[in-house]
Amino acid sequence: MPLATVNTMAEEILRLQGVSKHFPIRSFRRFGEVVHAMDDVSFSLGKAEVLALVGESGSGKTTTASVIAQLYPITSGLIRLADPQAPDGFRSVSGKLSRKALLGYRKRVQMIFQDPFGSLNPTHTIEHILSRPYVIHDKVVYRRGEERRKTALKEQLHQLLRSVGLEPPQQYLDKFPHELSGGQRQRVNIARTFSIEPEIVLADEPTSMLDVSIRMSIMNMMLAFQEQKQVSFLYITHDLAGARYMAQRIVVMYAGMIMEIGTSDEVVQRAVHPYTKLLRSAAPAPEEGLKRNRLITQGDIPSLIHPPAGCRFHPRCPYAMAECSRLIPPLKEVEGGHWIRCYL
Amino acid sequence: MFKDIGKLFLGNKKALFGLLLLTFFALVGIFAPFLAPYDPKNNRVETVTVLSEERDRSRTISREDLDESTEKRVYSQSVHTTYERITKKLPLKGKPSSEHLLGTTHSGQDIFSQLIWGTRVSLTVGLVTGLFTTLLSLCLALIAGYLGGLVDDIISLFTNVFLVIPSLPLMIVIAAYVSVRGVIPIILILGLTSWPWPTRVLRSQVVSLKNRDFIKVSKSLGEKPAYVVFREILPNMISLVMASFFSSTMAAIIGEATLEFIGLGNVSVVSWGTMLYWAQANGALLAGAWWWFLPPGICIALIGTSFALMNFAIDEISNPKLRKR
Repeated sequence: MPLATVNTMAEEILRLQGVSKHFPIRSFRRFGEVVHAMDDVSFSLGKAEVLALVGESGSGKTTTASVIAQLYPITSGLIRLADPQAPDGFRSVSGKLSRKALLGYRKRVQMIFQDPFGSLNPTHTIEHILSRPYVIHDKVVYRRGEERRKTALKEQLHQLLRSVGLEPPQQYLDKFPHELSGGQRQRVNIARTFSIEPEIVLADEPTSMLDVSIRMSIMNMMLAFQEQKQVSFLYITHDLAGARYMAQRIVVMYAGMIMEIGTSDEVVQRAVHPYTKLLRSAAPAPEEGLKRNRLITQGDIPSLIHPPAGCRFHPRCPYAMAECSRLIPPLKEVEGGHWIRCYL
Repeated sequence: MFKDIGKLFLGNKKALFGLLLLTFFALVGIFAPFLAPYDPKNNRVETVTVLSEERDRSRTISREDLDESTEKRVYSQSVHTTYERITKKLPLKGKPSSEHLLGTTHSGQDIFSQLIWGTRVSLTVGLVTGLFTTLLSLCLALIAGYLGGLVDDIISLFTNVFLVIPSLPLMIVIAAYVSVRGVIPIILILGLTSWPWPTRVLRSQVVSLKNRDFIKVSKSLGEKPAYVVFREILPNMISLVMASFFSSTMAAIIGEATLEFIGLGNVSVVSWGTMLYWAQANGALLAGAWWWFLPPGICIALIGTSFALMNFAIDEISNPKLRKR
């Protein structure tokens, strides 16, 4: 797959090669049918790169992140993580891993979820929640004696809370999630994610459920972390402007397939794929007033149980041609590093 | 969490009343031997009084020197005791009086004493069965809900099958076939017929919790399954588990009374159910002996009320919207 090497970055850390995820439908009548959540998804993530995954609801963005986070196994394809000890520098992590290998993988790859309240267990205190990563991955600085260990852990937690701007830290440790605001909760989530210093962070719409007023500060905080710790970020969003602000490159997904990949500026300003154009025209632009060249399309995201034959976008595409309904267009390079899945 | 529940229980009027009722019955059950004026199984009161005791002179039977300074003697002495025994037969089918607050049964046992002793059996059977049912259904629910897939399908299938079998007839059929009469078979029968409903309710809660984001976070952090189940999922369903414990206990008390009323329990054990059985067998209803069949019925209703009230409170605790501020 030539696409796997498409990267503006020098060093790659994660590669997805033709990954598909089909969810079987657990129903007697529809036995054997599957939901095509992800089909033939290939991209690579560079070291310390921010890659945005853009698409509407049901396009397979979250599935992509969950699959990388090993929340469920993939149907076919390969997920490979950089490993200096492997012969070609990559190790497959998509097969069955031993518990130890999986734990090692989880330490390197962490996920931030969309719902800041839902991702904190309401029955635990912030202290308990934040100390778990240290306990699991043994990152507490061990000194002699349990008491010393506890103080060491507490000191780490204080530092962690300060680093996400929750000050004074001792005020937050004894609180329960419901006593915090949405922004504070998402800060706790981010703190938990960065506590074990992962190399890859999968952020699944981390700001979409927050107040507009605090979105910016959370985004900037994540960017600061990313820069400071040289973390690779997979930033999932449905907001093109946010994607452009955060990311160096953008991947556009539709109905489980990649439609366009390119640098942020290329994708946003010189979109080639009709679907990306549609996404762009859907974004409000107050300075242009109400009369704009809206791209007119009909229909909804197609059924993923019986995806349309050929290009997944052809039923809604204003430029659809005869062959679009027969063949799935291959990804082709428009310019250096700018790929689209379209016959245009 | 538990502190919260405790606080809310004491602050909530319904819960407090329910708790007081339960405490009252529990105390009555525990102190039954001191509270009951008569023996609940006996229809006569015997009083034995020692009038005099005469001792004969003691005679030496043998004597022996063990060593120079120690000797051993064996004596014999007989005692004549004169005592009187007053046997008072209690009235048969007596009406309430100052001596027998709730009258007596057809064979002369004191109904008030039976009521007090019956509390012990009914409450014990109820609580033990409630605990048994809740633990059984919680285990099944956690296994089915957390593992999902085929295991879930199999457990759910059995749950659903047992759910559509009406439990009262099933209980009666099983009880009729079990040859051992007593409290323990009743506990087992009640437990084995009442697990499906709580299992179903708890399972759906486990499934909904399992798909919450914090569980995904736990998994992606690398928590072990046991930690996820017992520390992440279980604490979030404590209120539902308690609610199902209360309703199972309530159902067990009523179920026990039902089985015994039909005569499928051990009729020689004194409980509210057997009291009703004897009352109905001796035509208390036709004779208008309300003091015989009404008190056990009221007690069962009161215990039910106390559990129902505590259940309401649990509802309010688990659903903050119902809480009055």
